Amino acid sequence: MAESEELGIAAGEAQAGVRAVAGTSRGPVLGPPMVEYLLRLGDDRLILGHRLSEWCGHGPILEEDIALSNMALDLIGQAASLLRLAGEAEGTGRDEDALAYWRDGVQFRNALLMELPNGDFGFTIVRQFLVSAHSVFLWEALLAAPHAGLAGVAAKAIKEAKYHLRHTSEWVVRLGDGTPESHGRVQRALDDCWRYTGELFAQDEIDTAVAALSFTVDMAAIRSRWDQVVDDVLQRATLTRPADAAMRRGGRVGRHTEHLGHLLSVMQIVARSHPGATW
Amino acid sequence: MATLRGSRLCSLTHMTTTIRQLPADDPAQVAAFEARIAAGESIEPKDWMPVRYRSQLTRMMSQHAHSEIVGMLPEGNWITRAPSLRRKQSLIAKVQDEAGHGLYIYCGTETLGVDRFDLYNQLLDGTAKYSSIFNYPTLSWADMGVIGWLVDGAAIVNQTILAKTSYGPYARAMVRICKEENFHKRQGYEICMTLAKGTPAQREMLQDAVNRFWWPSLMMFGPSDTHSPNTAELLKWRVKRKTNDELRQRFINLTVPQAQELGITLPDPDLRYNAETKNWDFGPIDWSEFQEVIAGNGPCNRERLEARRAAHDEGRWVREAAAAHAAKRSQATAAA
Repeated sequence: MAESEELGIAAGEAQAGVRAVAGTSRGPVLGPPMVEYLLRLGDDRLILGHRLSEWCGHGPILEEDIALSNMALDLIGQAASLLRLAGEAEGTGRDEDALAYWRDGVQFRNALLMELPNGDFGFTIVRQFLVSAHSVFLWEALLAAPHAGLAGVAAKAIKEAKYHLRHTSEWVVRLGDGTPESHGRVQRALDDCWRYTGELFAQDEIDTAVAALSFTVDMAAIRSRWDQVVDDVLQRATLTRPADAAMRRGGRVGRHTEHLGHLLSVMQIVARSHPGATW
Repeated sequence: MATLRGSRLCSLTHMTTTIRQLPADDPAQVAAFEARIAAGESIEPKDWMPVRYRSQLTRMMSQHAHSEIVGMLPEGNWITRAPSLRRKQSLIAKVQDEAGHGLYIYCGTETLGVDRFDLYNQLLDGTAKYSSIFNYPTLSWADMGVIGWLVDGAAIVNQTILAKTSYGPYARAMVRICKEENFHKRQGYEICMTLAKGTPAQREMLQDAVNRFWWPSLMMFGPSDTHSPNTAELLKWRVKRKTNDELRQRFINLTVPQAQELGITLPDPDLRYNAETKNWDFGPIDWSEFQEVIAGNGPCNRERLEARRAAHDEGRWVREAAAAHAAKRSQATAAA
């Protein structure tokens, strides 16, 4: 397995015929744009799916155990497809498992929101709501991507994301407009999540490079539709939309919270304890 | 799973229904009932049935449902550590199936006039029983294979027969559940086969898991016929169709060749083929261990119940919020 980022860039360049976006001496080293782009999409879903799977067997009601597991399954399924595509784009022979199990934290590209610990059911639901609303509009845009693999994932994922959005919207309304306790909990969860939402819409040189290569996503349009959905649900839930204060970011270039390392230490322990084994 | 996606919150928010009054048995009705059983008819929820028949079925079905729910925990323990994305997905799907089975059987018990929340409270307060196998810890990834192979395998032997039980709703539930359990068993056996063909460490992991789960799997069929207080009555009413010992022997006969295929050793020096009976004879089961686990003194009894109680307690505010919101909505509808 090629562990060197440099090797990844070289092979990617040779295959895709594009210049890699090189890091500055103080910044992180990034790979070829399309590989980075697919890793961002894949890692978001892998890490969030993993977090949801931690609920399995511990939900507040049996029906929610099933629903949270459903969403975890959808997201991990999407992640497997996206990481496979990332591995193919990279062209060094890494498959989805090599990418999921044999990268260190700094090599993960998920947004910070995905890796935060689950908190209570309210936090998990609010986070899932905010992410699902984003996913629905992102997949809608990517349906038309001139990249057969990615458009194929989008066609399947959009149906799943719509269900996740519907299910979590219903819960945000129930919890927001439920009891004083549930209202307080879910408002706090919203306040806690909010500063991580900016990263979902941030674009950088990777997006610019992907646009030059292949396609562009109108993130401003996605943001505006996301705003509408979020405002509508929060209003029905009698919740207050937090102010857009300082936004936390860094996950897209491998600058994570301390939480990711702990998540990976659990996720990767069996695979890494047996190098070369198949499962 | 699409059918389970719809929220059933309305039915979840009322928490207090008591067991309905049961009619006293009339000998003529019992005779008519037993004639129907003897003729191989299926008993349906609205049919007359003896009080004991109803209570035995409630006991069996609720224990079964509890076992599905508690059974989510030992396997759920390895979801976050599954060593490949494919294994992670299939393990989540399996545990999710168990939740679905639990829900399905709990709903089945309601056809007998009990409320699933009363039954669930019996699980939480420790008065209800569930399968003793889930009180054993899962200590390595190989346990995910061995549980699928042996534990689901044993469950299938039980449930295939239960699919012919005289109570219609339970029989139909078993037909559906058996299909999924068969899939789980194949999946488990495939994990075992992958480990058996793997590195020395993987083979060692597999053998260790088999050593730990073999005897508890045999105990899943319940006490020997001579010590099973419920068997005679259950056989008479065709709730059960085979005795515990018959089913246990059938499981062993099916499993030994599979173990040979894997190239692993079953931890029983007395295990040998009997050409006369065409059965695999086996050594004595340590029933004192079984009794200890049933009595609450197994390795994980406390942990399993504690996990269910914690989920229930931590979910209280969520259930209260759902109920409060539903009440507001129905008030708003009434006012409109």
